[in-house]
Amino acid sequence: MMTELSAGFLPLTDSAILIAAKERGFAHDEGIALDLVRETSWANVRDKLAVGQFEIAHSLAPMPIAANLGLTPFDTRLIAPMALGLGGNAITVSNRLLAGMKQQQDFTMLNAREVGAALARHVRAGLREGRKRLQFGVVHPFSGHNFELRYWLSASGIAPESDIEIVILPPPLMADALATGQIDGYCVGEPWNTVGVAKGAGHIVAAKSSIWASSPEKVLAVREDWAEENPATLHALLRALYRSAEWCGQPENHADLADMLASPRYLGQPAGVILPALDGSILRPSATGRTDPAATPDFFQPHSRAATFPWQSHALWFYSQMVRWGYVDHTAEHASIARHTFRPDIYRSVLSAIDVPVPSANSKVEGALSRTIAVGASSRVLYLGPDGFFDGSIFDPDRLDAYIESQKA
Amino acid sequence: MVERLPSVLIIDENTTRASIIEAGLSAAGHTRVTVINEMHGIAAKIALHEPDVIVIDLENPNRDMLESIFQLSRAVKRPIAMFVDRSDTEAMQSAIDAGVSAYVVDGLRQERVKSILDMAISRFNAFSRLERELEEARGALEERKVIDQAKGLIMKSRGVDEATAYKLLRKAAMNGNRKIVDVAESLVMSARLLGDEGK
Repeated sequence: MMTELSAGFLPLTDSAILIAAKERGFAHDEGIALDLVRETSWANVRDKLAVGQFEIAHSLAPMPIAANLGLTPFDTRLIAPMALGLGGNAITVSNRLLAGMKQQQDFTMLNAREVGAALARHVRAGLREGRKRLQFGVVHPFSGHNFELRYWLSASGIAPESDIEIVILPPPLMADALATGQIDGYCVGEPWNTVGVAKGAGHIVAAKSSIWASSPEKVLAVREDWAEENPATLHALLRALYRSAEWCGQPENHADLADMLASPRYLGQPAGVILPALDGSILRPSATGRTDPAATPDFFQPHSRAATFPWQSHALWFYSQMVRWGYVDHTAEHASIARHTFRPDIYRSVLSAIDVPVPSANSKVEGALSRTIAVGASSRVLYLGPDGFFDGSIFDPDRLDAYIESQKA
Repeated sequence: MVERLPSVLIIDENTTRASIIEAGLSAAGHTRVTVINEMHGIAAKIALHEPDVIVIDLENPNRDMLESIFQLSRAVKRPIAMFVDRSDTEAMQSAIDAGVSAYVVDGLRQERVKSILDMAISRFNAFSRLERELEEARGALEERKVIDQAKGLIMKSRGVDEATAYKLLRKAAMNGNRKIVDVAESLVMSARLLGDEGK
């Protein structure tokens, strides 16, 4: 008998694992009939998950953490037993801003340090001359986009809350807002950067993977009580999604995957704007500048480098940024809530049972690996990293207090 | 002392639905009700109206943006929180089922807000019912058209009258355990594909 599961998702390339799980039959093979419901806002996904209209959801990684910290309208506890890939975002700026930055100093496209330095000079010049502050769009306060954009700006010497302004916009509206000059840049998931470039509205200047390599983006979010009451279904789902992630990660499947996502039921965008994020060609040199391929080896990783493992160090990094930007106070209890929202224990017990290589630790030091290495796994070999931040700083989850202290303005 | 009823802002890009909610609230004695259909410059509009309650349709893709505006105003001005009493998931359930969400100024008493949300929910539901009925009526018209076309095809190819053509159609449907309209549809479709005019 098939178990029906209702899943909410937003039209983004990183919903691929859920969509392929249905379309390629991985869910069906595990006895799950996935009902995929496209949503128009993350608020809708959050609300419908909380009241039980959805059993599972494609979710911004910080969202279940925010929910458990009481920063959202519901008391419902959520967990993330699996990640839905690494990377997948980029920062796009308008043609006008790019020209202004180039005037300040030359830089290599996609080199986060050089691009950040040029932007900082442009912003300082603008403030000196009394120009209107630049506006950057992100999709949600509790998103990887918001936190990685703020991290990049801060580390480049730009204060995200006073030197520029960050506004919230839905992903499909970003490109038009950029084209009409309502905003000067945005940080969003694919395909919405490629769409902006295709419209001639701007250029991609940095990828998430160039700011923080192998960094977390979306997770599978489920209600904690649902997970406890339906362990067999959850386990079957994780197996199906793992197989789907494997399929999505195979280069020979990228063209099929792009066609699948292009359907009006899913992204409703031409396959031609979806494929560049999947096959990495999004990082190839553009007409306006040289790129630095070494800085961004992997744009979006649905599978390799343990891309679906829900590292608790990732949860804690997001938490540290929620504290940094004043969304929540730092206490030992809050940190514990954030850490335990991600459930590597569930992931490990389900997937090691089917002989999949799984990290044996729940956390890692972010920024410790400057290249890909083979590490100890519960079975077979697992490759991890690189996982460094562009500014060379290290996040050690065991030294959370010191990290938070070091980021105080 | 007479308490003033809360001021309400309705954000709905569907002008018809917004106006039936507005009418309902006016009938219930709410005098300070504003409708916004156009999202452009929404932050300034909200600041101008300083609403106590904001009602918004769930299909609006700008919900995330609006929530962030409320969050910002929490820091600088009047606090606005999501309406629902955190424990009252039933109320939230029915609101979400209806496709509506609401936000209120922090500190407003729940019972003063409940009637507004109840009104919004019932009007949203009534509107969806209406839409469904219209959709069905439109569907029924379409069905009749397809069946007429199929009858015409049979009459032409078999040289029979209309009543016989309909009987043939009904028989084919019964034999295949399908609906008449489905058989008619596939007949029309295949005739189109095969280039019916060439016969």
